[in-house]
Amino acid sequence: MHSSMKKLIMFLILIAVFIFSLVIGRYNISIVEIVSTIYNHYAGVTGSNMDTVIFNIRLPRIFAGMLVGAALATAGAAYQGMFKNPLVSPDMLGASAGAGFGACLAIFMSQSALVIQIMAFIFGLAAVLIAYLINVKLDYEPTLGLVLGGILVSTLFSSATGAIKYFADANDKLPAITFWLMGSLSSISSKDILMIIIPMIIGFTALFLVRWKLNVLAFGEEEARTLGIDPRKLRLIVIFASTLITASSVSICGMVGWIGLVIPHLARAIVGPDYRNLLPVTFVLGSTYLLLIDDIARCLGTVEIPLGILTALMGVPFFILIFKQNVRGWK
Amino acid sequence: MLEVKNISFCHGQNKTLKDVTFHVDPGELVCVLGPNGCGKTTLLKNILGLLKPSCGSILIDGKDVHKLSPQKLAQLMGYIPQNHTPPFPYKVSEVVLMGRTPYLTSLAMPDKKDLDIAYDSLKKLNITHLKDKIYTKISGGERQMVLIARALAQEPKILIMDEPTSSLDFGKQNLVLEHVRMLSQKGISILMVTHDPAHALFCADKVITMKQGRILKIGNAQDVVSEDMLKYIYDMDVKIDKVKLPDERIICVCIPIPKLSEESINI
Repeated sequence: MHSSMKKLIMFLILIAVFIFSLVIGRYNISIVEIVSTIYNHYAGVTGSNMDTVIFNIRLPRIFAGMLVGAALATAGAAYQGMFKNPLVSPDMLGASAGAGFGACLAIFMSQSALVIQIMAFIFGLAAVLIAYLINVKLDYEPTLGLVLGGILVSTLFSSATGAIKYFADANDKLPAITFWLMGSLSSISSKDILMIIIPMIIGFTALFLVRWKLNVLAFGEEEARTLGIDPRKLRLIVIFASTLITASSVSICGMVGWIGLVIPHLARAIVGPDYRNLLPVTFVLGSTYLLLIDDIARCLGTVEIPLGILTALMGVPFFILIFKQNVRGWK
Repeated sequence: MLEVKNISFCHGQNKTLKDVTFHVDPGELVCVLGPNGCGKTTLLKNILGLLKPSCGSILIDGKDVHKLSPQKLAQLMGYIPQNHTPPFPYKVSEVVLMGRTPYLTSLAMPDKKDLDIAYDSLKKLNITHLKDKIYTKISGGERQMVLIARALAQEPKILIMDEPTSSLDFGKQNLVLEHVRMLSQKGISILMVTHDPAHALFCADKVITMKQGRILKIGNAQDVVSEDMLKYIYDMDVKIDKVKLPDERIICVCIPIPKLSEESINI
């Protein structure tokens, strides 16, 4: 099948899942009701129960899920190419560990949800910056140095998070921290989405613009240079863009693992490794996947299941399946 | 075309290249011979702009390699690395298309014209049948041909090859060398590092021998690749002989002479 046909099909699936996610939930709404509510909303009739559920709860949550899924998957795909390693995920350079620490610190200091989000974002960026500086200071083989820097920074921030948990009040702070770290989209509002939309757009645009060059970088530092690319500059763009979108994601929904590792593999199995197709497909698949997972999270039980737990539970068997089936995506 | 003028390169305290000077003319095929660790690869990396020489200069078309941007340099110089396997299963056509990267403006994707040029480079090497194959799954010899095609898609004036025949089987080595010779006959300059003196005799217009970071001798293959020279470089006795083929062509062969082992002395 031609790759543009595949892209179209996957896009249609995303739209189907989007509509499905609007319909299902604790409060069942039929498609007809959805259409009429949306029509009424823009005609100026607001305030009904239906209107509140759709515009204040479901739509923000759906858009957040799509953005976060797309972000983690795209950043993972970009990192896998840059590190020439199919086992890399977007938290490689410590973005998640840093953001997690920032959020926990804010919760520990009893800050508002907005401050938690901002702290998570800033510490996510800071962690990657430190990992990058360690690499520069080490003056080692660049990709290995980055991996090393990332491991050091991740360890540092996760132990600091552990320390905060140890000192946190076991009755109210500790559960809040634990719950935040497991990831959830349950308290998303449209304000949260407005907060992250600008860094998200910047990050996605940058990654999409350099996606051809990511192919060349996957052949290694020296070959990329002899093919006319400045690997240092390109790496800096990829790290900056991926960190922006990863830190934004973690700041609104906590730690959600596995998407950045699994989805790029699924995408590669479908359209092959060429980033011209791989990146858009990863984007769409990541959106679809997290949307579905979040549907399960909010509808399966009477209590919401934390997102991070579900993505890991689903991710492991899913990964084994792709790994086994995948002829084109791996070697 | 390519001028290497008095370059030296220091790696920490070690001087791995000492006052190396030579030039490659348009359409000339130059082979570099030398033992492991003599500085061949360091020399190539200096020429490719990956390492900066401690002193001296490298000019291509009169322009200093280290003052050109990677993009400009890649339009003039193509590099064919040793056989390798990337971590992702790209199609052959995609790998060859990557050779067009130096001609793309910084954010553009390859277009129809680039696709045509990539296909032409496959055609030049008679490997269009590999177009839709997975690069990681074809044989080592085929991969090497694809890397040559990728370098051709760069439309370079000079090709730099780092032991293009290493890790290839006996038959494929010659196939690749024949194509290399054909390319130089079409007017592309080629600088090739090789392990096998017979390869130098087979295809080189000019041979450079190196040892311990210094150039020993530069000249045409028959003059430079002598039994004495090989003995000095590789530290073992070598016999060079000429073999006349049924169709009157003459081929030079180099045979390493095994040292007499103790057992055979006892007999």
